[in-house]
Amino acid sequence: MITGSGILRGLWTTFRHFIKTYLEDLRSGKKRYFTKEGIELRRSPDVEGIFTIQYPEEKLPVPEEFRYIPFLVYDEGENGEKEIRCTSCGICAKVCPPQCIWIVRTNDPVTGKPIPQPKEFYIDVDICMNCGFCAEFCPFDAIKMDHDYEIASYDRFKEHIFDLERLSKPASYYAQIRPTNFAREEAARAEKEAQKAAARKVNP
Amino acid sequence: MNEQIELQASSLTDKFPEIVSLDTRTGYTGFLVMPENLITVAQTLRDEFGYDYLSSVTGVDYLPENKMEVVYHFYRTTGGGALVLKTQVDRENPVVPSLTPLYPGAEFQEREAWDLLGIRFANHPDLRRILTWEGFYGHPLRKDWKEPFFEEETKPFKSRWPEGHVYRAEDKNPFHDNVQYPPGFDPEQWSPETDELLYAGLKRVDKSDDFLTEQVVVNLGPQHPSTHGVFRMVVVLDGETVVDLKPIMGYLHRNHEKIGERNTFLQNMPFTDRLDYVCSMSNNFGYALAVEKLMGIQPPERAEYIRVMMAELTRFLNHIFSIGFLLNDLGAFFTPMLYALEERELILDVFEAVSGSRMMCNYFRFGGVARDIPDEVMEKIRKLVLERLPRKLDEMDYFITNNEIVRGRCEGVGVLTAERAIALSASGPVLRASGVAYDVRRADPYSIYDRFEFDIPVRYNGDIYDRYLLRLDEMRQSLRILQQVMRDIPEGPIMSGKPQYQVRVPAGESYGRVEGPKGELGFYVVSNGKPNPWRYHVRAPTFINLTSLAEMCRGQKIADVVTILGSIDIVLGEVDR
Ligand code: SF4
Ligand code: SF4
Repeated sequence: MITGSGILRGLWTTFRHFIKTYLEDLRSGKKRYFTKEGIELRRSPDVEGIFTIQYPEEKLPVPEEFRYIPFLVYDEGENGEKEIRCTSCGICAKVCPPQCIWIVRTNDPVTGKPIPQPKEFYIDVDICMNCGFCAEFCPFDAIKMDHDYEIASYDRFKEHIFDLERLSKPASYYAQIRPTNFAREEAARAEKEAQKAAARKVNP
Repeated sequence: MNEQIELQASSLTDKFPEIVSLDTRTGYTGFLVMPENLITVAQTLRDEFGYDYLSSVTGVDYLPENKMEVVYHFYRTTGGGALVLKTQVDRENPVVPSLTPLYPGAEFQEREAWDLLGIRFANHPDLRRILTWEGFYGHPLRKDWKEPFFEEETKPFKSRWPEGHVYRAEDKNPFHDNVQYPPGFDPEQWSPETDELLYAGLKRVDKSDDFLTEQVVVNLGPQHPSTHGVFRMVVVLDGETVVDLKPIMGYLHRNHEKIGERNTFLQNMPFTDRLDYVCSMSNNFGYALAVEKLMGIQPPERAEYIRVMMAELTRFLNHIFSIGFLLNDLGAFFTPMLYALEERELILDVFEAVSGSRMMCNYFRFGGVARDIPDEVMEKIRKLVLERLPRKLDEMDYFITNNEIVRGRCEGVGVLTAERAIALSASGPVLRASGVAYDVRRADPYSIYDRFEFDIPVRYNGDIYDRYLLRLDEMRQSLRILQQVMRDIPEGPIMSGKPQYQVRVPAGESYGRVEGPKGELGFYVVSNGKPNPWRYHVRAPTFINLTSLAEMCRGQKIADVVTILGSIDIVLGEVDR
């Protein structure tokens, strides 16, 4: 082998990479940049040439399973009131690896017995490691992982302890970010209801 | 496997009927030996029984019995299961003879056990703290040591529910930070020990030469772009030639193992992601294996295939990433690196779609995996594995392998011989590039690796160039396995039993090891039947591979140190734990 040919090969590879971007540009025209289609193209296994996404003008779509800070799901009642699904059973607080979920259970003011509803619910998002266990093990589908990753703020402490207000998001939002999960859970719930109804019919 | 252990058992106890006894505690295996006989037994194991590879050394603090136990895992480089040797000493003043003279690979691990557990190793050549800083107070892995934010012995903490009035732990600490000082200590008055002692130990005076040259000590790091993180190398130079070198680490230490012993078994899973954060899937794999062994459960078929698939994708992305970085270290600034990153990104897209996160996958569960792979992702993997990755691998090969500069800088540099590699407990590509065909996937098969057809690549020169070539070979083999996985993967459940957040783990010990991309990754777990592991130890491959760094660097030029370090392929998240 001639000395220097290895280096030339390297240069040739780099040059080809360089040229390919322009060839791809010519081939797919304007739609290669700043369009959904173009972003999809640039992250597919067939991509050649330039590869990068120009955040924040362009954003990579996140897959359904993508997980970021958790949020609490509420259903909207008839008059638009929020019906938090959480029953404050405490499983998420127990399973959370860095122990960043804090829940105050509601007690009945008269009898003192616990009511299945959280009085306060905090997540210290500085500590949350986005593991997704809380969502995975919540038996009431009440806590889910969000897709919104742009939560930077100027305050380092107080702002980063999310309270009930900040954590609550409607079920419609959940359905929108995780359609297949939502559909599966709704189907399971409907089936359970049907079973219950059937059982009630048999022995009223 | 059990038969094999029986066989060893009878012969070792036959050989030393008085001094070696079987470990008969329920759930435990291996042999107990008194500390004073340790050296004799270890020597026989190495020279007569052929256990030439000391994989893991660690300690366990049995507080209730007032005992410290040191646990050794020996293997044969020809393959087979472990021989576990244990020795127990009193907790108050634990002294055990050091095995470093016999197995030099024990050096860093014994230093770690001294640092974290306070076990003194007699005759150790350099018994200093290794992960914590020199002024650290106490030995943090001891069961009676408490951290500054100490709240409760184990998780889950009672303060979180049902009366979870939130506070920040820092506000409760008198110093408002994650520090604590011994009583009567004034941080303002303290001045650190100088490193003079360390430097003095490194310098050598050569009187034979008339021409007097002075040796220079250079600190590479902790903040240095070549060290792949926060890592320091103290190098003694004679001109440009390296006379000796000491790696200094621990800047990223967070006492992963203590956190692990406070966590429940499942809570550890996401923490393992943060060890070698490039290969979180492999870390999950090792930990899941260790705990499944204790629990006696087996994942279903499909889950096994998914696991192997994820582990091999991880190997591919790690190796291509490390080759890219190696070129960076050689001075080819970022172009090859970014080509490598392209392929890595595509694989990370797959990980994100199945596990929800690109790097902190947290995908494995005891008895399976967290969720199934959607069809469109399967299609993407198929495309990558069958078409794109092989093509890109060939391109990388064409791009780099015969480059004159790469060959000139890498061939014959940083050589580690086969004997030394074994003695120094090197593992993974470092070991195999030195001519030792030792790969856990073949030597001690786990999961379903015995079903696949693949070769264990070996290279014989033990230099940087061979480590590079070996990684290329391994990526080819990974693709070969992946293609078989894609062909054979069955339908079916991905989890045995119901997903549980509190698993019941019977008392006992287990050591789960996998061939991670960087070497043998082992998890030593001791359970006492409670929801939290009593002991949780990580055998970190890159930490132990660093033991051979000094050996590779001696006599080389200073510029090569950077490349040699790159060829070991370290990740500080795992080294420092
Ligand atoms: S597990 Fe679900 S229902 Fe129970 S406290 Fe957490 S969010 Fe509420
Ligand atoms: S995602 Fe994990 S760390 Fe975060 S709140 Fe949920 S369980 Fe805790």
